[in-house]
Amino acid sequence: MNAAAAIVRTYWLESKLEFLKNLRLPVFSLSTLLFPVMFYLMFGLAFGGGPIGSVPRPLYFAVAYSAFGVVGACLFGFGANVATERGQGWMLLRRAFPAPPFAYFVAKMFMATAFSLAIIVILLVLAVLAGGASLGFADLARVVPLLLAGTLPFSAMGLALGYLCGPNSAPAVINLVYLPMAFAGGMWIPLEFLPSTIQAIAPYLPTYHYAQLALGGVGAGDGDVAGHLVVLGLVTVACLACASVFYYRKP
Amino acid sequence: MAYPNTGDDHGWHMHHSLQAMADPTTAASLVNVTKRYRAITALDDVSLDIRAGEAVAVLGPNGAGKTTAVGLLLGTLRPDAGHVRVLGGDPTRRRCRQRIGAMLQISGVPTTLRVREHVDLFRSYYPAPLDHETIIAAAGLGGLEHRLYGKLSGGEKQRLHLALALCGKPDILFLDEPTTGLDVESRRALWEEIRAVIDAGRTVVLTTHNIEEADALADRIVLLDRGKIIASGTPAEIKRATAGSRISAVTTVETCAIGKLPGVTKVHRDARRTEILASSPEPVVRALLGMDHDLKDLEVTRTTLEEAFLTLVRPTTGAARSDGPAYEDSRT
Repeated sequence: MNAAAAIVRTYWLESKLEFLKNLRLPVFSLSTLLFPVMFYLMFGLAFGGGPIGSVPRPLYFAVAYSAFGVVGACLFGFGANVATERGQGWMLLRRAFPAPPFAYFVAKMFMATAFSLAIIVILLVLAVLAGGASLGFADLARVVPLLLAGTLPFSAMGLALGYLCGPNSAPAVINLVYLPMAFAGGMWIPLEFLPSTIQAIAPYLPTYHYAQLALGGVGAGDGDVAGHLVVLGLVTVACLACASVFYYRKP
Repeated sequence: MAYPNTGDDHGWHMHHSLQAMADPTTAASLVNVTKRYRAITALDDVSLDIRAGEAVAVLGPNGAGKTTAVGLLLGTLRPDAGHVRVLGGDPTRRRCRQRIGAMLQISGVPTTLRVREHVDLFRSYYPAPLDHETIIAAAGLGGLEHRLYGKLSGGEKQRLHLALALCGKPDILFLDEPTTGLDVESRRALWEEIRAVIDAGRTVVLTTHNIEEADALADRIVLLDRGKIIASGTPAEIKRATAGSRISAVTTVETCAIGKLPGVTKVHRDARRTEILASSPEPVVRALLGMDHDLKDLEVTRTTLEEAFLTLVRPTTGAARSDGPAYEDSRT
């Protein structure tokens, strides 16, 4: 009992400190939180215009940019952090101490989920207050879990990138993966407004499946929840496999 | 037992170390350990016993294998051959690791966490950690508990690493180059803290390339060079067993002839002067004066531990360690 309580306490401390550590790092916390909000204010609210399909424009974009934000929080929260901490020797120091290795990943998952939830809450509140969207409890109970489901595949992807990249190149590489993938996956502009070549590429991108899954929560997207979940599950497994290959390849 | 111990008597070492493994006074041991990184052999059939309560300095130049030895003792590295035992167990196991404390050479902890937060986190890794105030006091971090790691000075950062190493009330403490990169003042301040830990009776293994540090802190110095232990003894024994005096003169006697004189460990000649390190100066001076009646500017001084160390680790000829003197002739 006492030992179990001690383990729970360690995991809680690791998670809390991981969150605080990143919150105090403006390069992470400000860009992770403010980019989706800024994009939403510019393209989701300021532009105006009619509904996308049957979904009011402010609500549609609040979900699409939330998904964009969640991907960023996970890719940077895992990828850039893991790459930096490998470079600093933090991993090595932890290995020399009886630090539970799994707690490192649980803490990062907690942190990425906390930042993701903050982005989702900010955008949905803006959608209601500034965009006049109506969101009931039932809508929230549908869309928020679907949005949070994205933390798994993209954290796994971030982890793989974190083990692949060096500490200095990681942010650049992640941006080069993140931004084009978000754009071509229909997170910035609905897919039907994008050129046909991009529409043809989109189904091969995890961001497409995630955006469609999340938009399904407000009645947009193609509604194939199970199909997208399966694809994202496969992406998670594939990225974890890559991460372990990159981890063991490293001397 | 004769010091310095050459690394050649493997049979004796192995026998001794295997006995010592069952001996409760042995805190840690490397038994015939070899560790390679691709083509480089970082440690070459090294055997080392650390006795409980002992403060050992593993001294050697960069690349001698010091950090590799610490990595093996900490369980972050595994040997290619041989055995590593720490506190009677395997340091790659968590249970064993809970009794070990460590300061690593490369040890960047997150910069945006406070001193107190780091200490709290590391305390949570142990079932019965040292209490917070004791750790802060022992590491000399009073008043800095709320400072972010990134805002600490170099010396304060090392003190935080010492604090983290103390969190679990370790039975053995490994300090890998604890003062490298610090200015003299911070170095001496950290020595005080380390000395207090040693005086409290903890087993401490520290690596350093700073002879003064080894002399100031350790009960025993182990000299490591190119992956082999080349000498081991108290700082006084190391001094005594290696060259005791430096003889300097202007002479025409050939360096190889000087090298054959009794007690000579090193001969160096530049354009003008010849410098000789010897365990006792009198027989060498007598012989030199006999060979060269025009010998001038004779000076005899006692060597420092630094010179003793250099004699052992940087001979210019391979045969110079225990079985012959080193020659160094930089005349052009």
